[in-house]
Amino acid sequence: MPTDYSLIQGTLDALILKTLMWGPRHGYAIARWIKDASGDALDIEDRALYLALHRLEDQGWVEAEWGVTDAKRRAKFYRLTTAGRRQLRSEVDRLASYTEALFKVLNATTSQTSGERA
Amino acid sequence: MNWPRTLRVFFMRGSRARDVAEELRIHLQMATEERVARGEAPDEAAANARREFGNVGHVSEATHEAAGAIWFERLVQDARFGIRMLRRTPGFSFVAILCLALGIGANAALYGWMEGILLRPYPGVANQERLVAVAGTDKGSTQPAELSWLDFMDLDRGSTLFDSFIVSKIVGTTLTSGDRAERAVGLMVSPNYFDALGVRPVLGRGFTPDEATGMNGHPVTVISYKEWKERFRGDPAIIGRKQIYNSVPHVIVGVAPEGFLGTFVGYAMQFWVPSSMQAAFNAEGYKLDDRGARWIEGFARLKPGVTIERAQAELSAVAKRLEVDHPDVDRGRGVVLFPLWKSPFDNAQNLLPTLRVGFGVVLFVLFIACANVANLLLVRSFARRHEMTVRLSLGAARGRLIRQLMTEAVILALCATAGGLLVAYWCRNALVLLFPSQGGVSYSFNGAFDWRVVALSATVGLVSTLLFAVVPALQASDIDLAGALKSNSRSATGNRSRLRSLLVLVQVALSFVLLVGATLVLQSLKRMRDADPGFSADSVVTTAVGLFAAGYDTTRAKPFDDQFLQRVRSIAGVEGAALARSTPFSTRPYDEGPIAVDGFDVGTDERPTASYNEVTPGYFATMGIRLLDGRDFTVSDDEASQPVAIVGEAMVATYWRGTNPIGKRIQVNGRWRQIVGVAKDIKFGSLLETTRPLFYVPLRQKFSTQVALFVRTPHGPSALMPALVREIHALDANLAPYEVITLREQLDRSTAAQRVAVTLLTVFGALAVLLAAIGLYGVMAYAVSQSRREIGLRMALGAAPMHVLRLILTSGLSLTMIGIGLGAAAALGSTRLLGYMLYRVSPLDPVAFGAALVIMLIAALIACVSPAWRAARTDPVGALRE
Repeated sequence: MPTDYSLIQGTLDALILKTLMWGPRHGYAIARWIKDASGDALDIEDRALYLALHRLEDQGWVEAEWGVTDAKRRAKFYRLTTAGRRQLRSEVDRLASYTEALFKVLNATTSQTSGERA
Repeated sequence: MNWPRTLRVFFMRGSRARDVAEELRIHLQMATEERVARGEAPDEAAANARREFGNVGHVSEATHEAAGAIWFERLVQDARFGIRMLRRTPGFSFVAILCLALGIGANAALYGWMEGILLRPYPGVANQERLVAVAGTDKGSTQPAELSWLDFMDLDRGSTLFDSFIVSKIVGTTLTSGDRAERAVGLMVSPNYFDALGVRPVLGRGFTPDEATGMNGHPVTVISYKEWKERFRGDPAIIGRKQIYNSVPHVIVGVAPEGFLGTFVGYAMQFWVPSSMQAAFNAEGYKLDDRGARWIEGFARLKPGVTIERAQAELSAVAKRLEVDHPDVDRGRGVVLFPLWKSPFDNAQNLLPTLRVGFGVVLFVLFIACANVANLLLVRSFARRHEMTVRLSLGAARGRLIRQLMTEAVILALCATAGGLLVAYWCRNALVLLFPSQGGVSYSFNGAFDWRVVALSATVGLVSTLLFAVVPALQASDIDLAGALKSNSRSATGNRSRLRSLLVLVQVALSFVLLVGATLVLQSLKRMRDADPGFSADSVVTTAVGLFAAGYDTTRAKPFDDQFLQRVRSIAGVEGAALARSTPFSTRPYDEGPIAVDGFDVGTDERPTASYNEVTPGYFATMGIRLLDGRDFTVSDDEASQPVAIVGEAMVATYWRGTNPIGKRIQVNGRWRQIVGVAKDIKFGSLLETTRPLFYVPLRQKFSTQVALFVRTPHGPSALMPALVREIHALDANLAPYEVITLREQLDRSTAAQRVAVTLLTVFGALAVLLAAIGLYGVMAYAVSQSRREIGLRMALGAAPMHVLRLILTSGLSLTMIGIGLGAAAALGSTRLLGYMLYRVSPLDPVAFGAALVIMLIAALIACVSPAWRAARTDPVGALRE
């Protein structure tokens, strides 16, 4: 059983968009890829994944189309749109600055800040 | 929102659901296969995959929602939430719903009255939109006239655009019960009446074509359902029984259906008789052979698709031919059609101006109520700012929040509309309460309460509420997330309080207009009461004995009249008594006839007419009408002597250019009369009219068996009544007087329309002021609660409580004054619309404006006092610490 990291709000969208950067995938493949890429650390709840996919589709960041898998199976494929690509970039920037700030705090070595009473 | 997509998805809801289901099924299949590949048992693998997935149903639902396809389910959800929120603040909900219900109820009641009195006034009659009233015209007169039977028939024969022409002339009779005579109203109709109106008698039949003519040849009658049930106790064998009208036994041939009240706005008809019985109801004899005798009021039913203009053009052409064919009587006469709501023949006309003004008034009230609700919603939206902020930050869409707020407004509006319709339903017949019954005949002004009224009221209520609710909803959801989370900042509220002040301004302005209107009409009514009609209204009592109805002919009536007058004059306290054909301000108009005056030339087509009254000697003294010159009639002015007349001042001015007319001649209905006196003018049709030409002739020289008695007495009607009955019974035990009333009472009845206007305007004006005061209170209370810190600071810096009190009062009152200023401007422009409801009061009357100003200011003061008091008692320390 992998460690259960609760996904931080708002990051799932970024993960999905990232997954689709290399080409269209169907839902199951997306879930597998995130799981594999995170070294099994991120196991996305399937239900949340589909909710997110349909939401992204409504936002116009991904497009869905029925297609055929390598195993000749019918499946719905999601493809990143131009708007989605833009969204991914801004999400990555946002998360990067967020985590940077987060770690600055968490890794702080001194209790001194400029505004604190002596 | 992506509308095309939303709509597509909405219409392909089923396929989208299948789409999602398919996608999820494939996912589960893939997951299961992989598990099997890893060595799990197939059953176990499927179950695990499913568990891992979570709730499948939930995904499909959520997916629908994202597409906006299950809007209905969400509507229910919103509604539930909305109801919960409204129930959580019962005070707010109650006030909001009450305000709106009153506003919507006022509208619905008025629509009901308009529908029931003006637009579809005749319950039970089919296709009323194709009915028009038919009236005659005279050259040089704007007054619609009646038509003669022969002309009416020729109009029918000569036209092609009409389904039918229907005679419908109101007649009265006396039905005696005990020692009181009761007046009964009925309609004299052409035999096609029931068929043409689409009314089918519940028992028996209507009238047959042969019953149209032949003097008193067909004494048959159709009685109303109510008469059948009450007078005849629902006797199933009623057909064939007899009912006596005016001493002629009529065979009852039919019973009208329940709810059919006839075709005369104002009265519920009790019976119908065919036109051949005309002479039995009119002492002037049989008129159906006489093209010159005009007595018919009636309707025509247009063929489907025919406009009233086209119909009018055709009838005018027929009237032109009649003028040529019958120059002796029809010259200068025309025909005019009216839509039912403008019909000149019934009481709809009296109420038309009032209802027209009322229409504007109720809209005002509704707007004021809506502004109040918008204000309440604004306050509430601020109180719920926290809730909104949290929901927005949790990812709720703004649209969703707006929809949520609008749903709440819709719920409010729906509750209020239901309440309003209930109010209107209760009030639908309330109008008649303002009209006193007359001589046993009750007025009947019923509001309709059909689907049109309900639909219109509901639409107006919902639309106006939503219009007013949309601004608060937009405001509430327009939250700067960062700002709202950062601090409990108050800067964002400036915009909102400006909006609220604006709403209060509108309320104050609208209520001010209503107040001015109400005071103007109230003043008019008072002036009317104080107006001098030209006779002593308070000390003259009037009644009538229905000699004609009791079967008296002229030879029996003349000696009766003489003895009757003698006996009445001998009653203790009676200072004078007289008989006259016409009663001032009664519903029956004075007789009117063509006149000619020696030395007064008129154009060939013109024929001057004047009203006249047939009176006995002593009439002027009894009525208190001053004789300015000449002499009163005497008992020797009778059938055998020289015909004489007494003329009013207005006639002297018109026909003798102010010179003394005594001794000159006047021709009336072809008969020359010598003028023996000049009387002061009186008003006799309506207080509002300018004095009209009126003259008098001796009753003996133009006798009628249908006259009224006038008695001058310092004691009231009730004191006179027993003696009067005694004297009448002494002469004929079968006779009884109609109701005994003062002329003042008679006068008051004629101002019923004004009283209705006063009542409506006063009630709605008061309502408007109350609503505006609530709105002002809300704004002030809120402003005070928002500026507690500021007030606290001022007080901490040394401001006295009195100073704070004054500050708040000043700001509230200056808001009011601006509103009053706006309202005054609006009132200056709009009070003229009250038109002839105003009597001797200028639409710009300063007293009315002043009174409205004072009332408004007092209301504003009351509304502001409590918030100001609270502000003055602010604890500076507590306020600053917050």
